[in-house]
Amino acid sequence: MSDATLPSATTASPSAATGGSGFSATRLGRRLVPAALALVAPCTLLIVWQVAVQTGMTRLIPSPREVAEEMVDFAVGGIWDDAFSDTLLVHLFASMERVYGGFALAALVAVPLGLMIGRIALVRQVMDPFLQLMRPVPVTAWLPLSMILFGLGARSAFFLVFLGAFYPILLNTVFGVRSVEPRLFEAAEMLGCRGNAQFFRVVLPASLPSIFTGLRLGLGLAWFVIVVGEMTGVPQGLGAVIMDARTLSRTELVICGMIVIGLAGFVSDRIVVTAMNRLLRWSPLHHV
Amino acid sequence: MSRLPIVDVQNVSKVFTVGGGEIAALRDATLTVQKGEFVCLIGASGCGKSTLLRIVAGFERPTSGEALMWNKPIPGPGPDRGMVFQDYGLFPWLTVRENIGFGPASRGRPKAEIRDTAQRFMALVGLTKFADVYPHQLSGGMKQRVAIARVLANDAELVLMDEPFGALDAMTRERLQEDLLELWARTGLTVLFVTHAIEEAIYLADRVVVMEPSPGRIASEHRITLPRPRDVASPEFNEIRRELSARLHSHHAKKAA
Repeated sequence: MSDATLPSATTASPSAATGGSGFSATRLGRRLVPAALALVAPCTLLIVWQVAVQTGMTRLIPSPREVAEEMVDFAVGGIWDDAFSDTLLVHLFASMERVYGGFALAALVAVPLGLMIGRIALVRQVMDPFLQLMRPVPVTAWLPLSMILFGLGARSAFFLVFLGAFYPILLNTVFGVRSVEPRLFEAAEMLGCRGNAQFFRVVLPASLPSIFTGLRLGLGLAWFVIVVGEMTGVPQGLGAVIMDARTLSRTELVICGMIVIGLAGFVSDRIVVTAMNRLLRWSPLHHV
Repeated sequence: MSRLPIVDVQNVSKVFTVGGGEIAALRDATLTVQKGEFVCLIGASGCGKSTLLRIVAGFERPTSGEALMWNKPIPGPGPDRGMVFQDYGLFPWLTVRENIGFGPASRGRPKAEIRDTAQRFMALVGLTKFADVYPHQLSGGMKQRVAIARVLANDAELVLMDEPFGALDAMTRERLQEDLLELWARTGLTVLFVTHAIEEAIYLADRVVVMEPSPGRIASEHRITLPRPRDVASPEFNEIRRELSARLHSHHAKKAA
């Protein structure tokens, strides 16, 4: 009996000696400490901001409190009752539609194209130089052309988001396909899986981690370019709100728009990461 | 020896072209393996033992000469010749069960049959408890058991092993050697096994083929008749070890002279 209890007693003793606060407190602490640490940077920013406004270092930036008030009005109304009151969800949904639509279309084109570029030499030779040439052109530079091609409005925004998300997905997919371990092809071949069958049984699963990295970066960039995308004269959307608020010199509303985009981007990233962790359970490197 | 050999390698040479230069990896190798035999290829690095194995596997084509299986030229890799790699070559996205079932699944066998086959071969290598575990969660020894089971589950007649236990610790290696011999005795497999460890070769093989480098070639063959299980500490075992060791190092002596 004493033999059996010995190991657990030794492992338990350090925490009991240092903390003395008991079992459940340390377990709770393990959850709370990371959360607290994550809040350090935003809280510091908030304090610096507040101090800067209070000491008059800037006259053009509203205080955190004004932004908070604006945020409440923007979300549920009842304070200013102007054109922007109680419209957060309308704009958020409008932006989400473009972000997810553009992103989905980018994924739908970039993943199969990337698989083909990675796998088929002819496709690579035809497409790769062209795509590399187009890649350095920033999304903002496409804005005028996109307005000519797709007109003022949602279709233009959609196209720009598509462009922003396209390259990270494409490049990571190509990278994933190109970096499958040669050994795995040998293993598949000697087990009787040859030619095109290898595509679904080896290439696709082996490049899935890279494809997911691309999707994650692509979705991030889709949120990143939404403001540019909504410079195209759409009436609704978080980018449109920011542009309108700028012309009206309503900086507190600009900041509200920034915060909502940040949060929405963060939440959608967590969704991708959760899906990724579930699908890539087999990969020791992919638990973020 | 009039029986038809399972493997018949006749005067095979292999030249690799590397950066404009030519390297003779293997020169004029001739080797036959009978069904059910356990043959070890041994030699220092650069002696062409892995090249010879890869030619039999079908991953490489001979530059000249002929490599035959059941008297037919080897056309390329195929499920009748299973390869066990030193670095395992398991599919990281498949569980133990799915890795073992990969061969039958590739050949489009019915689901129930794949499941039964995987079950049987997991039991054979003692991994039933780890059926739904992914390779990165396994130790090196367990990974190599999966690799062996995967080849056997695919009805391979000939198992080609390229320093399969080279990356394992001594204890695990001994355990796997014993298990491999037991499997071999029970299933009537034919094994062609590459190693650079003299003791491993003598412990396992019916016949040890000694190879020498630059250019890689077969130097001599030795039939090991010690009864199994072999005692690595016995005088007879050590006698053979001394002899093979002298053979392996003789070309160094020749060069020095």
